Amino acid sequence: MFNAKYVIPGIIVFAGLFTAPFWINMLSPKHEKVVVELPAHPVTFFGEERSQCIEPREWMAANHMELLIEWRDSALRENKRIYTATDGKKWETSLQNTCMACHSNKTEFCDKCHDANSVNPYCWDCHVIPQGNNNEF
Amino acid sequence: MTIAFAATLLILCVGWAGSALGLQYLFGVILPLVAGAVFIIGFIWKIVRWAKSPVPFAIPTVAGQQRSLDWIKPSRLECPWTTPAVAGRMVLEAFTFRSLFRNTRAERTTIGGTPRVTYFSNKWLWVFALLFHYSMLVIIIRHARFFLDPVPACIAVVEFLDGVFQVGAPRFYMTDAFILGALAFLFLRRALSERLRYISLPADYFALFLLIAIAGSGICMRYISKVDVNQVKEVLMGLATLQPVDPTGIGSIFFVHVTLVSALLIYFPFSKLMHMGGVFMSPTRNMKCNTREERHVNPWNPPKHYHTYAEYEDDFRDAMVEAGIPVDKQPETTAEA
Repeated sequence: MFNAKYVIPGIIVFAGLFTAPFWINMLSPKHEKVVVELPAHPVTFFGEERSQCIEPREWMAANHMELLIEWRDSALRENKRIYTATDGKKWETSLQNTCMACHSNKTEFCDKCHDANSVNPYCWDCHVIPQGNNNEF
Repeated sequence: MTIAFAATLLILCVGWAGSALGLQYLFGVILPLVAGAVFIIGFIWKIVRWAKSPVPFAIPTVAGQQRSLDWIKPSRLECPWTTPAVAGRMVLEAFTFRSLFRNTRAERTTIGGTPRVTYFSNKWLWVFALLFHYSMLVIIIRHARFFLDPVPACIAVVEFLDGVFQVGAPRFYMTDAFILGALAFLFLRRALSERLRYISLPADYFALFLLIAIAGSGICMRYISKVDVNQVKEVLMGLATLQPVDPTGIGSIFFVHVTLVSALLIYFPFSKLMHMGGVFMSPTRNMKCNTREERHVNPWNPPKHYHTYAEYEDDFRDAMVEAGIPVDKQPETTAEA
């Protein structure tokens, strides 16, 4: 091999860069499966005790941001305060009063996945960060 | 073009069929791991193979005056004669694609009634190549959020800047639009110019189609047919720690994307995409232009058998003297005596 004094460091840099996730993960604390805290008690909406989320759980896990942005636009820009879910149930279009009524703990619910996946939504630029006591009032 | 398109479509369908037939583990875990190994080992193999080729002569392509006499101004960067200058040229080549910047286009035009060939600077290829490569870089850096836990702050900064306009949720990334735009240009450039179409091979189109399909499926997964990102993260962390996690249950678009990326990784070391490593290996870029200062001798030339003039004269001295040809060394006078 010619020019080994340039080629070999080059190969090492290449291999190091492209296997970086392996090394960094070996050196950092063991990855633990991210599990969010789901609400334990049913909450009353429109005089009815509900224990299911607005849409099916799997759909919410992947698409909640879509629903939230849709709610923001309909509540703030179109002043529509009632949302009809796929199953026909009615919900108040409100992050604080609807979503956070059940998912009251931001640290154990929102932040778990968002931190793990480096997602930084700007919900809290406007909304007050809940302190985990929404069920109490 | 049709072959390349069909091949890309086939890979896409294989990925989709794999998830539909319940082969999630094969397409979500085994294939990407194998592809990663092929990519890294293949890349190193290719570089070593290239490094084994001897390049005995200085063959840099220069675009400036070589250093010679004191009163002729040399061009340090365009015709480097020291190692740091070569490194400087290489860095600028790798980061700003200077050789594409010099791209010119020749066209037959008519000036004052007579046909003429005119050459003019053509920067479009440079602009879109730059746009594509930097978008690709940002996208790869962004993907580190799936492979690292905790995610380093610098990656969050890249994500923030990429989605700084805060359009929609999930936030729209600029590079997603840039990469598709740049790839579309690079494709249309080949497809619409008959001269380029003539010299384009299936491999040229295949790389473009594959990248378009990868970017397209990724964009689709982020904005249209969403998957549970948290589950994806578990699977990819499983890959990055070599402790595989069963990917069953993730939407099929994920498997399409992963299969396409795996195809790219496997294809990479054996294709024109190796210019990623090749740019550093190209003798026309990485050699000093010192052909006036140093004599470059081909090391495997057969040994030369010289017959010097002195030896020649020794052979023929007597005949030369007889013919009246002047000689350096006079013949010994024993013959006269």
